[in-house]
Amino acid sequence: MTGKPVHIFELANPKRFMDVSAPVVPWLAAATTVTITLGLILAFNTPPDYQQGDTVRIMFIHVPTAWTAMMAYGLMALASVVSLVNRHPLADVAAKAAAPLGAVFTALGLITGSLWGRPMWGAWWVWDGRLTSFLLLLLLYLGYIALSDAFSDETRAARVCAILAIVGAVNLPIIEFSVQWWTTLHQGESILRRGGPAISPVFLWPLFLMAIGFTLLFLLLWLIRIRTAVLKRRTWNLMLRATT
Amino acid sequence: MNDFITQGGYAGYVWPAYAITALALSALAAWALSAYRKAKAELARIESKEGRPS
Repeated sequence: MTGKPVHIFELANPKRFMDVSAPVVPWLAAATTVTITLGLILAFNTPPDYQQGDTVRIMFIHVPTAWTAMMAYGLMALASVVSLVNRHPLADVAAKAAAPLGAVFTALGLITGSLWGRPMWGAWWVWDGRLTSFLLLLLLYLGYIALSDAFSDETRAARVCAILAIVGAVNLPIIEFSVQWWTTLHQGESILRRGGPAISPVFLWPLFLMAIGFTLLFLLLWLIRIRTAVLKRRTWNLMLRATT
Repeated sequence: MNDFITQGGYAGYVWPAYAITALALSALAAWALSAYRKAKAELARIESKEGRPS
């Protein structure tokens, strides 16, 4: 690393990206570990909720996994816009690298939600706006992954996938506002709402730490997967050069 | 300690939620990391065959 500040568009150069991101990985890994560890310690030291009892602890992983799943999709759609508009291969690599990670976080949001819904609502699943739109998020991720493997022409695959990712981003505000638009068992906005959070600080802290921790974990794995793809591309180019 | 294990009678929901999340995220991290190491080794192998330092 040089001492010079790095302009964001310089990072679009794969070589530059690799040089700059290499020292970030261990720090990001350390920050992720510390945050999640602290979050878990707090999560199991909060008193049970007066209504929900100990099931409130599921919130500390349910809300962060669901939030990370949505943020990951937002980033994937953003990278897709750059891929489509600027035709930059690194943006396409970044979008593709995010998809399987986002899919796992989405599945975890659904599973932990189900394990919370059963004791609190008496149902593993209900077809309401929030749950259905969140299931659609999983299907969007899976569709994206399937589509990215379906073309032999990489440029075309990148274009079609980018369009799917961008169109699918319409689902993000639907998930967000579903609890206001339709009747639901799901609780409404309780954190980022007018008048401040409707949750006691005792629960807010572990929730906040776990949300930061899962966000960092996503960013760490995303970075590793983008780096992997760049290395693979370099290997491919060398092999092609060797055969011609 | 006993409260910790029983989770106020909700152990059957709280622990699976945490266990599945821990398992899935560890597996995801292991998968990403092993793919990275493999790609790195493969590139090193090709580069040494090409007879040029990277």
